[in-house]
Amino acid sequence: MFTKIQALGAAGLDKLEAFGRSGIILSQAVFAIPGRQAWPLFIQQLYSVGVLSLIIIIVSGLFIGMVLSLQGYTILVDYGSEQAVGQMVALSLVRELSPVVTALLFAGRAGSALTAEIGLMKATEQLSSLEMIGVDPLRRIIAPRFWAGMLSLPLLSMIFSVVGIWGGMLVGVDWLGIYEGSFWSNMQNSVDFSEDVVNGLIKALVFGVAVTWIAVYQGYDSVPTSEGISQATTRTVVYASLAVLGLDFILTALMFGDL
Amino acid sequence: MRIRGLELAVGFFMLAGALALLVLALKVSGLTLSEGSRSYKVYALFENIGGLTSRSKVTMSGVKIGHVTAIVLDEDQLMARVEMAIDSNVNYLSLDSSASILTSGLLGEKYIGITTGADEEMLQDGDFIEDTQSALVLEELIGKFLFNEATE
Repeated sequence: MFTKIQALGAAGLDKLEAFGRSGIILSQAVFAIPGRQAWPLFIQQLYSVGVLSLIIIIVSGLFIGMVLSLQGYTILVDYGSEQAVGQMVALSLVRELSPVVTALLFAGRAGSALTAEIGLMKATEQLSSLEMIGVDPLRRIIAPRFWAGMLSLPLLSMIFSVVGIWGGMLVGVDWLGIYEGSFWSNMQNSVDFSEDVVNGLIKALVFGVAVTWIAVYQGYDSVPTSEGISQATTRTVVYASLAVLGLDFILTALMFGDL
Repeated sequence: MRIRGLELAVGFFMLAGALALLVLALKVSGLTLSEGSRSYKVYALFENIGGLTSRSKVTMSGVKIGHVTAIVLDEDQLMARVEMAIDSNVNYLSLDSSASILTSGLLGEKYIGITTGADEEMLQDGDFIEDTQSALVLEELIGKFLFNEATE
């Protein structure tokens, strides 16, 4: 009986300790803004985290916009208000879908790669070698990756929105024949810059911090074996996806829920 | 040489992101840069606002001249007090203008339509529009119709 309660307590303490360690990594990464020397490292990470994620973001944005437009049209045409498709596509993309879907894809595409890379560096003792020669691995390895991820996600999310809206227009206007003028004017009447676009941007920024933080921490804290790395990579994708969906609800409630 | 290619790719990436934000701002949300968003406040009391919400548009002859900023219940008169922000270049609304709550289309959104009167004096910041017409509520209309049928 007591041993079980003790095991429960130990597990809780372990989790709390891990959370504390990740907090330390986060705070050190945040304050290690890439300076002049670390600039090439930062560019390198922006490339592998941001630029290489562009293809998947553009393709999925296009298809999600097209599907939204198609589904919205089939429902709205029954009520004779198919020109509201533009408004529906733009609002759902800008407010919800583009930050969330971008973050989920980002966790799968870039987050898992970050974890595996850092985990392998730990397993092959590159991190300890860096420390031996007097280079702080947090500054050299973690910080550029963290900042690159945090910066990339909002940019990717904006690109996702634009491509999605373009895809929606492609299906709605060019294929299904909604009048282009009312498509755009309905959209412009309902989408507010500071309320919708900026809030979507804030969401993407928060998701960027959360996903990269989880990815970097899981890699840095992984068990340095091949099995440990595979577990850490899985945990990154699972935790990051759950964190994004949970945070999205909280942020939506705060931003649009009139609390 | 390799870092140069990387920097170029990253530069294009950042540019694309910034451009996307610009498109969202200008094309999607219809934000205009030259909007000198100066406006003045006008109030009106309505018996029933129907489905009017804040950010609904205020029009004159169908042209948008402002938007609703707040709707509260006036405790003295027990009517809905609607606060409107009218663009400050529309300064030729006479004091005896009338405001009515209209619907765009059969199921569309509610908006306020303003018709000017003949008064020499113009509406200033903080003035009340006295002549108002409430929203048409379908249930009341049907109720009236049925009542008339019954009395005939």
